[in-house]
Amino acid sequence: MPEKHSNSDRDRTVSLRRRLMNSIMTLAAAAALVLVLIPLIAIFGYLCYKGLGALNWAFITQTPKPVGEPGGGMANAIGGSLLVLSIASLIGVPLGIGAGIYLAEYGRDRFGDLVRFTADVLNGIPSIVIGIVAYGLVVLLQGHFSALAGGVALGIMMIPTIARTTEEMLLLVPTHVREAAYGLGIARWRTTLSITLRTATSGVVTGIMLAFARVAGETAPLLFTAFGNQYWNWKVNQPTAALPLQIFTYAISPFEEWHRQAWAGALILIILIVLAVSAVRLTAGRGMLRGAG
Amino acid sequence: MANQALGAPRLPGPEPVINSPASGKVRPRAGSLIRQSSSPLPDQLFQALMMACGVAVLAIVGLIVYELATTSTLARHAFGFRFFFTQDWDPVNEKFGALPFIYGTVVSSILALILAVPLAVGVAIFITEMSPRWLRGSLAFTTELLAAIPSVIYGLWAIFVMVPLLRRYAEPWAARYLGWTGLFEGAPYGIGMLAAGVILAIMIIPIISSITREVINAVPQQQREAVLALGATRWEMIRMGVLRNARAGILGGIILGLGRALGETMAVTMVIGNRPEIARSLFAPGYTMASVIANEFSEATGDLYLSSLVQIGLALFLVTIVVNVLAQLLVWTVTRGTPARSNA
Amino acid sequence: MGVGIQVRNLNAWFGKTQALHQISMDLAANHATAVIGPSGCGKSTFVRCLNRMHETIPGARVEGTVQIGDVQVYNGTSATQVRRRVGMVFQKPNPFPTMSIYDNVAAGLKLNGFRDRRALDEIVERSLQQAALWDEVKDKLKKQSGASLSGGQQQRLCIARALAVEPQVLLMDEPASALDPISTGKIEELIFQLKEEYTIVIVTHNMQQASRVAEFTGFFLLGELIEFDRTEKIFTNPSDKRTEDYITGRFG
Repeated sequence: MPEKHSNSDRDRTVSLRRRLMNSIMTLAAAAALVLVLIPLIAIFGYLCYKGLGALNWAFITQTPKPVGEPGGGMANAIGGSLLVLSIASLIGVPLGIGAGIYLAEYGRDRFGDLVRFTADVLNGIPSIVIGIVAYGLVVLLQGHFSALAGGVALGIMMIPTIARTTEEMLLLVPTHVREAAYGLGIARWRTTLSITLRTATSGVVTGIMLAFARVAGETAPLLFTAFGNQYWNWKVNQPTAALPLQIFTYAISPFEEWHRQAWAGALILIILIVLAVSAVRLTAGRGMLRGAG
Repeated sequence: MANQALGAPRLPGPEPVINSPASGKVRPRAGSLIRQSSSPLPDQLFQALMMACGVAVLAIVGLIVYELATTSTLARHAFGFRFFFTQDWDPVNEKFGALPFIYGTVVSSILALILAVPLAVGVAIFITEMSPRWLRGSLAFTTELLAAIPSVIYGLWAIFVMVPLLRRYAEPWAARYLGWTGLFEGAPYGIGMLAAGVILAIMIIPIISSITREVINAVPQQQREAVLALGATRWEMIRMGVLRNARAGILGGIILGLGRALGETMAVTMVIGNRPEIARSLFAPGYTMASVIANEFSEATGDLYLSSLVQIGLALFLVTIVVNVLAQLLVWTVTRGTPARSNA
Repeated sequence: MGVGIQVRNLNAWFGKTQALHQISMDLAANHATAVIGPSGCGKSTFVRCLNRMHETIPGARVEGTVQIGDVQVYNGTSATQVRRRVGMVFQKPNPFPTMSIYDNVAAGLKLNGFRDRRALDEIVERSLQQAALWDEVKDKLKKQSGASLSGGQQQRLCIARALAVEPQVLLMDEPASALDPISTGKIEELIFQLKEEYTIVIVTHNMQQASRVAEFTGFFLLGELIEFDRTEKIFTNPSDKRTEDYITGRFG
C-alpha cells in the first residue's frame, strides 16, 4: 500500500511538470500571436489615423505643389501608377496565362519542369534586380526614363504568379470536362480556350489580381525606370510618377507637409491592395464549378 | 485467340426507315453542318504559341543573367574578386568595395531571422494546433494581410512610428541591460542596423508563418494520434508528432524568409542610415546591397560606378537564387510537390 | 440514317500493357449493339477506340482498322473529323459546368464554327426533344446552367449535346450506371427511339439492360472478344463456356 502511494506521488509530480510545460508553451504561442498582431494593428491604425487626416479632395485631384508650399496632391502619381500598371498587365497577363496554359496542357514533361522551376526562380528575384535589368533593356536603349521601362519591370514580375496560378486552376478542371469536348470533335486548342480555360476563369482571375496587388505596391523597380515626375504624364515614353515612388520620395524628405501627404498616399495604396486581396479571398471561396458534381 | 465475331449475321443493308414522330423529315447528316476544317494546323500553331510563352519565361531569366553579367564586367576587370572583400566605397575616386554592403545585408537579415523565427513559428503553431477551429480562417487571413503590405508602407511606418519608439525606449533599455554584449553602444539614433533588423523581421514573419502552417497541415493526422495515444500533453504531441516531422519544411520556410530579407529594399533603405560603414554596434547606421543600388543607381556617374552597382546586383541575384532553391527543395520534401505559392 | 461499323484486327495498348487483342466485328447499322464483360475486360477501351478517344491518354496506342460507314477511322481521317461523326455519352454525366443548357447543347456546333443563330435554335430544340428533355427545360434554356439539373437530366442533356452535331453513330459508355432506376428507364426508352436513326454501341455491365435494349451483344474478356451474336442467343444459348460462366454469374 505505501509503495503504491509513493508511486502515484511521483506520477503526479511528473505530470505536473509536463502540464506546466504545456501551459507555458501555449501561452508562449499565444504571446507570439499577440506580438505579431501588434504591428499589424499599429500599421493599419496609423494609416487610417494619419492618412485620413491628410486625405482630402485636393489630394486626389491635384499635382504636387512646389517644395515648401502647402497643399497639392498626388493625382499624377495615382494616374501614373495606373499607366505603369496597365503596361505591366499588357505584358504580364498574356505571357503569364500563356505560360500557365503551356505548363498545364503541354508541359507535363522534363522541359515543362524546367519552365516551372525557372518561373519559381523568377518569382524570387529581388525586385531591385529586375529594375536594373529593365534599365539596361529599355532606359538605355531609349536614352531616358519612361513609364514603359517601369511597366516592363513590373510586367516581368507578374508573370510567375499568373503562370503558376493559371496552371493550378487549369489542372483542377476535371478530365471528363475536356473529354466531353473532345468527344464532340472540338479541336484541342478550342477546347483549351473555350472549355478548360473558361471553366477555370475565376481562379485565373484570382491569380491576376494577386499579381496585380503585389506589383501595385512595388517601389524599387521603378526607382530608375519610371523615375518619377512632378507633373501629369500619360505618355508611355516619358518618366512618370507612381504612387509608391511618391510615397517614398515624400517620406524621406525633410518637409512636414510632404510627410502628411505620404501617409495619405499610403492609405490610398493600401486600400487598393486590400480590396484586391479581399476580392480574391471571396471569389476563391465560391469555387469555380458551380453546381457541378 | 480466334473469336467468333465474324459469325455475326451480316445484314444486307440498312433496314427501311420507320416513320415515327421522332424522325421527322430527312435531314443532312454527318456533320455536314460543320463547315470548319479539321486540319491539324490550328492545334499546332496554338501549341507553338503556348510553348513560346513558356520559353519566354526561360528567355527572361536568361536575359536577366546576361544583362547583369555583361554590365558588371567593367567592375570585374577593375577589381576582380577583391571587390567583395574591400571596404572602400569611394565614388569620387572611383574606388569601389562591396564589403560594407555584404556585411549590412547579412547582419540585418540574421537579426531579422533571430527576431522573426520564434514569433512566426509560434504564431503558426498557435493557429494550426491550438486555436479553436472557427477562428483559424480569420487568424490566418489576418497574418497574411501583413504580407500584402508593400515595402514602402512598412518603411513609412518604420520611420515615423517605429524608429521614435526605438530611440526613446527600446535602445536605451538595450544599452543599459544588454550593453555588456558590445552590440548596443553609441548614441541611440533609432535609425540604424537595429531598426532595419526589426522592420525586416516584421516583414518576413508572414512568409515563414505561412509556410510553417502549410507544412504543419501536411503532417498526417496519424502522427498526431500516435503520440497522443501514448498519453502526451498537447505540447508534447506538437513537439514530437508534428514539429519533428515538419522540421525540414519549417527550415525551408525560414530559409525562404531569409531569401526575402536579403532582397528587401525599400523599408530597409528608409531606416538603416545608408552609410557604408562596418560597425559592431547595432545602433550604428549601415548599408545593404539592395539599399546602395536603390539610393545610388540613378545618380551613378561614370561607367565604373554603374558597373560596380550592377556587380552588387549580380551578387544579390545569385545569392537569393541559391537560397530560394534550397528553401523550395526543403519545403517540397514535406509537402511533396504542392506548387510553391508566391507570397506577396 | 445510321451506318455500319467494321472493326478488323483492332489492338490497343496503354503504354506497354496490351488492353485489346485482335478484335474484329461488324456492328449493324440502325441497331444497338451491347458490349458486356467483367471489369477491366476492355469494353470501355474498345468503344473509345471507335472514336479515337483512346489516344487522348498519354502513352496510348492503337493498331488495326475501324471503318464507320465509308470512312476509315485510323487512316487518313483526322481524329477531330471522326469525332464529329461519332457522338459519345460518358458514364458520369459531364455537361460543361459554366454553360447554360442551350449553350451545352449547341457547344458541339458553335465551337466548331457553326454560326447560324436561327438554325441553332431549331437544332437545340430538336436535339432536346430527341433526348426527351425538351419539356422539362424549355423554359429555362438560357437561364440555368447545365450543371444545375438532376443526374438523369444531365445525362439526357449530354445525349442531346451529342445528337446536336448529327452523328452517324452514338457510343454510350455505361450511360445509366451513375443514375437512379427511373432515370435509367428513361434512358433505355430513349435508346429504343434513337436506334431508328443512329447506330448505337452501348457498354454496360448490366446484363438485363443489354437484353432490354440491344439486338446484338459482344462479350469481352481480358481484352478479347469471346463471343458476338444476337442478344437472345448470347443470353439463352451461348456458344462459349466463358460467356456462359459470365452470364450465369459465376464471375464478374
